[in-house]
Amino acid sequence: MSTHFSFRSARWTALLVVVLALVLALASLLPQGSALSVSPFVVTLCGKYLSYALLALAVDLVWGFAGILTLGHAAFFALGAYGMGMYLTRAIGARGVYGNADLPDFMVFLSWHRLPWYWWGSDHFLVGVVLMLGVPAVLAGLFGWLAFRSRVSGVYLSIITQALTYALMLAFFQNGLGFGGNNGLTGFKDVLGFDLTAPSTRAVLLALTGVILGAVLMGARALMGGRYGRVLVAVRDTESRTRFLGYRPEQVKLVVWIVSALIAALGGALYVLQIGIVNPGEFAPANSIEAVIWVAVGGRGTLTGAVIGAVLVNFGKTLFTAILPEFWLYGLGALFLATTLFLPNGVMGLLRHVPRKRDEEVTPEITNPEGSNA
Amino acid sequence: MRKAGLAFTLCLALVLGSPCAPAGAQEATPDPYAQLASPHFDAIIAGIEALGRSGDDKALATLQALGAHKLMAGSEGVYIHAGTGLVDARTGQQNADIDPASLHPVRVNNRVRLVLATARAELLLAQGSRAEKHDALSRMLTHPDASMLPALDHASADPANKSLRSEFEAARAAILLSPGAPPVALNEQLTAVSAIKKTGGLGARSLLTRAAALEALAPQTREAAKKAVASIDFRLRLWSYAQDLFYGVSLSSVLLLSAMGLAITFGVMGVINMAHGELMMVGAYTTFVVERLIASYIPALSPFSLILALPAAFVVSGGLGILIERGVIRFLYGRPLETLLASWGVSLILQQAVRSVFGPSNVAVTTPGWLGGAFALGGLEITTVRLAIFLFAIAVMAALMLVLRRTPLGLHMRAVTQNRRMAALMGIRTARIDALTFGLGSGIAGLAGVAVSQIDNVSPNLGQGYIIDSFLVVVFGGVGNLWGSLAAALALGLGGKGLEPLIGAVSGKILLLVLVILFIQRHPRGMFPMRGRGIES
Repeated sequence: MSTHFSFRSARWTALLVVVLALVLALASLLPQGSALSVSPFVVTLCGKYLSYALLALAVDLVWGFAGILTLGHAAFFALGAYGMGMYLTRAIGARGVYGNADLPDFMVFLSWHRLPWYWWGSDHFLVGVVLMLGVPAVLAGLFGWLAFRSRVSGVYLSIITQALTYALMLAFFQNGLGFGGNNGLTGFKDVLGFDLTAPSTRAVLLALTGVILGAVLMGARALMGGRYGRVLVAVRDTESRTRFLGYRPEQVKLVVWIVSALIAALGGALYVLQIGIVNPGEFAPANSIEAVIWVAVGGRGTLTGAVIGAVLVNFGKTLFTAILPEFWLYGLGALFLATTLFLPNGVMGLLRHVPRKRDEEVTPEITNPEGSNA
Repeated sequence: MRKAGLAFTLCLALVLGSPCAPAGAQEATPDPYAQLASPHFDAIIAGIEALGRSGDDKALATLQALGAHKLMAGSEGVYIHAGTGLVDARTGQQNADIDPASLHPVRVNNRVRLVLATARAELLLAQGSRAEKHDALSRMLTHPDASMLPALDHASADPANKSLRSEFEAARAAILLSPGAPPVALNEQLTAVSAIKKTGGLGARSLLTRAAALEALAPQTREAAKKAVASIDFRLRLWSYAQDLFYGVSLSSVLLLSAMGLAITFGVMGVINMAHGELMMVGAYTTFVVERLIASYIPALSPFSLILALPAAFVVSGGLGILIERGVIRFLYGRPLETLLASWGVSLILQQAVRSVFGPSNVAVTTPGWLGGAFALGGLEITTVRLAIFLFAIAVMAALMLVLRRTPLGLHMRAVTQNRRMAALMGIRTARIDALTFGLGSGIAGLAGVAVSQIDNVSPNLGQGYIIDSFLVVVFGGVGNLWGSLAAALALGLGGKGLEPLIGAVSGKILLLVLVILFIQRHPRGMFPMRGRGIES
């Protein structure tokens, strides 16, 4: 995998994302029916794509730059969504079906009498933000610290990330955990006092998502383009050599792992604000693998590619499932095959003027049967 | 027959200690057959009780008919509704004169049913076949009734009932330890306690628990009963552990079956085949298709369609595996993470293909009769299917070991695994071995699919339920090590079932996943890492 450290395209992508989001947001505020107006459906859809783009960016950071194929990043995305969902659930207040200001509806339904301790304070927006970012970060820190310290890598790491999100999915499906079981959290009314269904709120949320995505893109560019990014790529390509040079690969990887979890969580939080529901299905292992394919389609290790891939694949999914619902899985499957077989550098690889020969620059990342004993 | 019945009545009367009434005096007591026709439940019950004690050879048929709702009451008496017409219950004669419209069924309520069961048991003890007697005795064990003691004693004295001696003793003991039992000597009570204890089970436990609280019994007896309850509890607990163990081993064998194919493709070849679960699903659907084909073309072979499905599933899944290897995987060797994504793509396509062909809902795969049901082994309930899957898993594992250890293909496979370049230099066609290895692994997935079709829903999503568990088994056990997979399957299966009663099935599974994750952090290459230079890059 070749890596340029300038990521010039990232700057343009960031700008494009922000401008497009702002324009769409403004257009949605025009009176419905006018030539340039955008329907609320499109606004929500775009918000969803951009939230997914954040998840894709998070996957790209760890897969593209650290060589960790994560099959569990949707877990951080979902945890972020649940964190925000907790605040939004509490913000419903007494307007729920049971009119109980202190307990969310599903807890009343389960005849609970008190809020579980981990819900304390979630009615404050700031506590919600701390939950939504802190929990995924702590989980990622713990998981990464354990995994990288004992040098779990490659396939093994992939499998246990998958096991992690699977375990979380099973846990969140349980009513006893206090997150609404099967149904998850939904029925939100407003955020910080703004009606979530109002077009203006939706427009602001879309614009906000665009701005955050742009900012994250720029931040990632700065991080990956700098000294840290170079060390990280060195770790990806030859971990032992980097270690022998005096770096601490486990720390380098841990940093990107936590940063990536935070970005995913941010994506999840913005997702739940605009979609209005989060349920345990978000933890499904298939979702994480799909996020990986977005990055692969766009081109891994390019930052811009992640955004392009996420938007492109999800746009395709929207189209496909509307027109030919039975064929979406064929399409997605074929996409997986075609990307890995014919487009190892994704769309970004196509866009480059000089097609690069991958083999010259690839260094084996993990166990390589062909190269054993070499 | 009639004479014998009369003699029996007389003996019964003697045993009961009632004054031996002359036959003519029976006229004075109400006629039981007439009582059955009464609209009052009390009279019906009295009639049933009288019939039960009568030993009349028509009584049993009458009571059986009553149990089957075939006893009709008229003004003259009661009639059995036989297939051809009405039979007078008292005489056993066909009676064509009765107008069926004038009859109504004998009234039955729960109290009547209870008395009926007891009376029938009494009659069966005297007149029934061995199996009927056995049933009657087990009923007495659960519903002891002191009034049956004489009948019981009389029947147990019959030399023909020698083979049922322990059952008779248990039934008698149950009566002696029940409320309303005639007072007997202390040592007889103690014998009764130990006789009940010997029968074991929950019925004996509740009997003894009741006896322990019964004021009428001697204190020593109650103490003995208490002890017997404790000992039964202990034994039951042991059996329930054994039952959990069986469930755990059964789950382990399913895990092992689903992981074995993966142990080949992932362990031996280093290929992460996310379509493994779908190859299992294809095996399950092959079972379905084979079953349907045989049912419509060679119905005589239907009971054995499952056995015929085994080679079919192996060939279909194996062939599909070779196709996947030749078409996709071989371009991605050395890039395990890419094979993961590509095979995930294959799995999506397979799922959707099956959904398009067979529909999105479950298809019904029948379990052949010889594999259905369950049997008791001591206090264990063994489901035949689960036992068969356990044996099948062992057989597949043994066969796989043989192939790997004793055949040229196995030799070449191991050579390629250990050192691909060297193997190629020795003249092994590594590409061919790759395809065959992948085919073997996929074929075993197909076999696993046949097994799973017997215990799980066969739907396009079948594979998704197994893929994560199978990967965990392989990684946990140590990649490339079949024995490790076996140990991991046992650990996960037994652990899962062991945790189930403590914290629930789902929480147990979560805990197990977390434990495996933590374990892999400590031992990144599983329980039994493969050693050797060939493995480390």
